[in-house]
Amino acid sequence: MNAAMPRYIAARLLATIPVMGIVAVVVFSLLRITPGDPAAIIAGDSATSEQLEQIRQSLGLDQPLYIQFPVWLGQVLSGDLGTSLISGVSVSSMISTRFGPTLALSTSIILFSIVVAIPLGVIAAWKQGTLLDRSVSAFSVLGFSMPVFVTAYILVLIFSIMLGWLPVQGYRAPADGLWAFLSRLILPTLALSTAYIALIARITRTSVLEVMGEDYIRTARAKGLRERAVLTRHGLRNAAVPIITVIGLGITNLISGVVVTESVFNLPGLGRLVVEAVLARDYPVIQGLILLFSFIYILINLVVDVLYTLFDPRIRY
Amino acid sequence: MAHHRDSQMSMADADIEAADGLLAAESSPLRTAIRQGLSSGPVMLSVGVLAVITLAALLAPLLWTSDPIAIDPATRLRPISPEHWLGTDAFGRDVYSRVMYGARISLLVGLGVTVTAVVFGMIIGIVAGYFRSVDSVIMRFMDGIMAIPGILLAIALVTLSGASLLTVVVAISVPEIPRVVRLVRSVILGVRSEPYVEAAIALGTPAPALLMRHMVPNTVPPLIVQGTFIFASAMLAEAAMSFLGVGLPPEIPSWGNVMAEGRAYFQLLPGLILYPGVLLALTVLAINILGDALRDALDPRMAKRL
Repeated sequence: MNAAMPRYIAARLLATIPVMGIVAVVVFSLLRITPGDPAAIIAGDSATSEQLEQIRQSLGLDQPLYIQFPVWLGQVLSGDLGTSLISGVSVSSMISTRFGPTLALSTSIILFSIVVAIPLGVIAAWKQGTLLDRSVSAFSVLGFSMPVFVTAYILVLIFSIMLGWLPVQGYRAPADGLWAFLSRLILPTLALSTAYIALIARITRTSVLEVMGEDYIRTARAKGLRERAVLTRHGLRNAAVPIITVIGLGITNLISGVVVTESVFNLPGLGRLVVEAVLARDYPVIQGLILLFSFIYILINLVVDVLYTLFDPRIRY
Repeated sequence: MAHHRDSQMSMADADIEAADGLLAAESSPLRTAIRQGLSSGPVMLSVGVLAVITLAALLAPLLWTSDPIAIDPATRLRPISPEHWLGTDAFGRDVYSRVMYGARISLLVGLGVTVTAVVFGMIIGIVAGYFRSVDSVIMRFMDGIMAIPGILLAIALVTLSGASLLTVVVAISVPEIPRVVRLVRSVILGVRSEPYVEAAIALGTPAPALLMRHMVPNTVPPLIVQGTFIFASAMLAEAAMSFLGVGLPPEIPSWGNVMAEGRAYFQLLPGLILYPGVLLALTVLAINILGDALRDALDPRMAKRL
């Protein structure tokens, strides 16, 4: 941590404001710029004119845009994401009840992927050109290309239907017992982490390979440091910046994966809430979720940028 | 005097052209890529796989298929048989025919998204990279779009504008555009300070000629690479969206829709998901391998980074 850090973090925080502003404008415009009457889009084909009028009023659609936007933005900034058109529950309370499964799933994916992928990448770099290395590379291309739901169904077919080891789908809170909780997370985690492991292993391999050609690695070897210490203490540490970037970038891909995986495994998280809201045309919920996920994305990018400076003191702003 | 300037200009132009030619001869990126790339086993195999799948898609009506949307309640959920090579779905439709015709739709979505994203991304990227006054406004806007998870934006766009082949293509393209913009912009910014571009500027080359002759050609090799990855990810996105029921209308037989219909019957007939799923994975894998090879050949610096 250097003296310029707080100033850098403050500057970086300020820089997120215009991006958040653009996101807000895009999310706000989504419903309003599409052709047709937004109230009719929300209400569907069978709505009466009274229902349409009611929707217009409740969303402020009867006001001009330059009044709608500041009102809406003010509500969002005060934490009011609106109310579900279907259940009448506030969007923020829907989000908080659905947050648990998504948090559990994404945490287990991130941890599992890092634990598997980084050693895989380091070993591949260490044994460069061997069959092991080429298998890791082949796996990473395959990992990118498998659709999440296909991987998911193959896993279900093997481990749930054929072997009967794990539940096909569903979710239990940790309070219902650790195994009940974990056993339902294993297959979704495996399914979704394939692509993520592929991504991290690949970048770990290349950045370690790149670092291992540097002079200080030769020095470390020359002074008699054991190969393992050279790899971890000098190699991996200096390869950390691109690896962290990819872990951060990967989390954003994870969000799309979570939408699919939660639907396949029937996990009642935010991802499935997206699909439910879209199928029910519950517009305030869709809007709230897009804002939330974009906010998470911006936050992760911020954390990644700050981590850079911790891992690589040469980076100064 | 005028004559003198003319001859000077044409000489300088000739020099620039010669420099361009030299550059081209030095790298000749596409030709080298094809020569080197095609010689590797996995790449040749990928090209073969893609050729077979594309041909199958184009020739679907000739390949012993029946009507992919013909419903037959008498033959619901049949296993593999001589009449139905891959069995039938819950509506008694022939899965083999649906998968073959599905290849058309899935490849069409990939192609449509790639063309849309590259064309719009290129135009916006050139504007941002060349006209410095609008650059930061455009790029902040692109940052904003990139902050919205692509699949969520695409799903929302399809829901609002009504599901159809066109809206799905547009919706998947929108989140891809900022990445193309960034790429094109960075190439344009990079070549601005190249001596041959500065020479052309000094000679008063009009902006359109400057862009089209000296700057835009540089964006082509990285765009070919980017395009292959967009193609692959668009096919995955369409499949995921249709699979979730928020993509193409269910009556269009895309691979995603065939799999979506198989969800409820997975325990009974896993093939409804697995046949199109494995074909999709194989296609995307082949495109990604091809893309990797093209990237290694066209942009050695990028290959080293990733």
